[in-house]
Amino acid sequence: MNKRSFAQNTAFGIFWLTGATAVLIMVFVVGYIMVKGLPGISADFFTTSPRGGLSGEGGIYSTIVTTFYMIVVTLAFATPLGVGAAIYLTEYSANTESRVVRKLVILARFGVETLAGVPSIIFGLFGYALFVTALNMGFSILSASLAGACLIIPVIIRTTEEALKSVPAGYREGSLALGANRWETTWKVVLPAAFRGISTGVLLSAGRIVSETAIFFVTLGGSYRVPHSLMSGGRTMALHVYYLAMETRAFDKAMSTAAVLVGMIILMNLIINTITSRISAKQG
Amino acid sequence: MTPGIRRTGIEKTMKMVLMISALASVLIVLLIFLFTAKEAMPAFREIGIGKMLSDTTWRPGNNQFGILAMIAGSGLVTLGAVFIGVPLALGTAVFLSEIAPLWVAKIVRPSIELLAGIPSVVYGLFGMVVIVPWVRMIPAPGNTGYGLLSASIVLAVMVLPTIANISEFAVRSVPRGYKEGSMALGATKWETISRVIIPAAKPGIISAVVLGLGRALGETIAMIMVIGNSVILPTPVTSNPLSIFLSRARTLTGNIAVEISYATGVHESALFATGVILFILIMLVNSSARFLMRKGARS
Amino acid sequence: MKRKIAGLIALVPVILLGACGEPGDGTPDDASAESVETVELSVVGSTTVQPLAELLSEAYEAIDPNVLVTVSGGGSSVGVKSASEQTADIGMASREIKDSEIQECPEIVVHTIARDGIAIVSSLDVDVDGVTMEEARKIFAGEITDWGEVGGTPGMITIAAREEGSGTRSAFEDLVMDDAFISETAILQPSNGAIRTTIASTPGSIAFISFGYLDDSTKPMAIDGALPTSGNVNAGTYPVVRPLNMVTYGEPTGAAAEWLEFIIGEDGQAIVAAEGYLPVN
Repeated sequence: MNKRSFAQNTAFGIFWLTGATAVLIMVFVVGYIMVKGLPGISADFFTTSPRGGLSGEGGIYSTIVTTFYMIVVTLAFATPLGVGAAIYLTEYSANTESRVVRKLVILARFGVETLAGVPSIIFGLFGYALFVTALNMGFSILSASLAGACLIIPVIIRTTEEALKSVPAGYREGSLALGANRWETTWKVVLPAAFRGISTGVLLSAGRIVSETAIFFVTLGGSYRVPHSLMSGGRTMALHVYYLAMETRAFDKAMSTAAVLVGMIILMNLIINTITSRISAKQG
Repeated sequence: MTPGIRRTGIEKTMKMVLMISALASVLIVLLIFLFTAKEAMPAFREIGIGKMLSDTTWRPGNNQFGILAMIAGSGLVTLGAVFIGVPLALGTAVFLSEIAPLWVAKIVRPSIELLAGIPSVVYGLFGMVVIVPWVRMIPAPGNTGYGLLSASIVLAVMVLPTIANISEFAVRSVPRGYKEGSMALGATKWETISRVIIPAAKPGIISAVVLGLGRALGETIAMIMVIGNSVILPTPVTSNPLSIFLSRARTLTGNIAVEISYATGVHESALFATGVILFILIMLVNSSARFLMRKGARS
Repeated sequence: MKRKIAGLIALVPVILLGACGEPGDGTPDDASAESVETVELSVVGSTTVQPLAELLSEAYEAIDPNVLVTVSGGGSSVGVKSASEQTADIGMASREIKDSEIQECPEIVVHTIARDGIAIVSSLDVDVDGVTMEEARKIFAGEITDWGEVGGTPGMITIAAREEGSGTRSAFEDLVMDDAFISETAILQPSNGAIRTTIASTPGSIAFISFGYLDDSTKPMAIDGALPTSGNVNAGTYPVVRPLNMVTYGEPTGAAAEWLEFIIGEDGQAIVAAEGYLPVN
């Protein structure tokens, strides 16, 4: 018995250690960025745009604006498509008899899974070749958000599907029994009930856009001016970190921008977790 | 038009629109593949796919376009990341699902979520200023800190959340009956975990690792910031074969990102060809993960 | 069936465009409400010229607020291509325009806005102050691998260089390397800034960077006795110099012409000099 409990204690000790290591890595990475980055952050940092070419002076105002535009435009492309796809996959094709529809669903799922695995540099390459060059959209918010939409469509589909599945079947049956058709049921009953779940998916996608660098590196151009139309180029905050670290003398600014980025991600995670725990509290 | 007909009309239209959205992903994948392949055609025609895959010399200025060195770079850095990251990720997964008290899990889980959310450019920056100087302290000829080891460490942290999350899910999906049965037979908790739960979750765990592999192969920005980007077939720098990880290298993804903005003509096409090969490689890895997962679900 | 599929494919962009109308509509109006008529100039290309062009655009906008210059990166080849295909108003290139590029689009007009020296720099710990052109070639080709061979304290040389296709690299190859290749073991970085960071943090390292990126984090090295300074370039003793170019499709008109005129003029060239580049005479 002693030997057995010794084995158990040793093994559990190791598992505690790995768990602690994961936390420590997070604390170290986030802590390092914050300690190096926070001292450089002031109100000015948020309200002035980058300037001064090589010296990397100025703040991050225009990169915040560009990041915001990128989130809005990319979501505008991806959300309707992603939510629509999820509705079809969960609401319309669940109990179908038709073999054609079943084949379509298998095909669609294959597409979603494949798309989810495509590395972002391929989206960038594709966006560069198709939108930037062939369709003459140039380095622009439009080109970049079309390429970026490919990245987040699978995220939205997956989270929306989860949200739709968690809506109790009774809701649908009730609505259908009252004479509503499938679309009316979906639109008026299922979607409102799944709203919180879907919004976490949208928020998660916004986080992916904030973090993404590779796609925008080859499609957005990197101009640090405030964009004034869909055809303007721009620089997101993540891209700004790259440019600052690689092109300028301002490593400290790169750290400060990274700290703001990490802060944003922490905030988004907190919001998502709050929404999710409310959902499970409601269901529990 | 009576309201009834209009209602059915809307229903039919919406069904159509939704079906199209569902198929959009397939269309996009197809479009990406066809378009990338089309741009890669001149390179495949002029250089030849066999020559590209077998030649280690990449010197576009001299019309040499071998990508074997990059394939080796991508492979080795992924191997390194798996070597470092998998024990940590699996340990964390088992810890979270079987061992950790609730209050501890409430600290560990958000930490991992945060690791997943940190932008890769931030990891790259961290690698440049922290990891590379550490690795540089290893005494070996020609070791500059930039290379496979630094890249593998950074990558290990980046794939940790993917592997940990999916394998935690796999461990949790093991039916409770297995566990209760084993405990009832007098096994300790550790014996139950090691002899019953982990074997039962094995297919899920393996597919988690393979999916992590796919993510690792696709990482770009963080890699170009720490790996040194030299186009060489990595070789050990000392008599110890492990010192191969101190060698600099370039990944397939890095090859595209570093050179796409400067390339014209066949050079540009060769970068698209690199993209096609990367695409196929990742498709293979991911579909084998899915295959394993399905096989696991059936048995 | 075919028509149906074609219909489906046609629908996708319609859905997409319908969705994007919202955020796009408001913004151009805002811009035009502020000023009478804002002219946007898109400038695309070399990442070496990019920071300089950004400074020049800021200075110019202070004079003429009705012009908005958007400077994007992409690289010298993209710069020339964008000008030829008229996807940008002005292309930037940190190298001579290739014959093949002129053949492809004979309409392009090249405006040299500055000259840039390419300096050889080492990390601060290196105790070699200068090399001959021949030694430089051999170091970068990987034939000389130890600082002892060029008169320094013995120690391994680590080479860093720009990637294939970079304007800085091709200029350096033309001016220094002749027919030799830059060693394959070189650390390759995609920008001058990254090269500088690499050199500053890697003992015993050597690389070439644009004059604009010289600062006290790296140590400039003399070539054939001449240090990389503007004075030496003007005196003709420093040999590694390339032009920084702007490229337009046909002779520039309107805002593009005015901006280029400003750059070539006194104020523009003062900025060029202040950033460490060499004015054009």
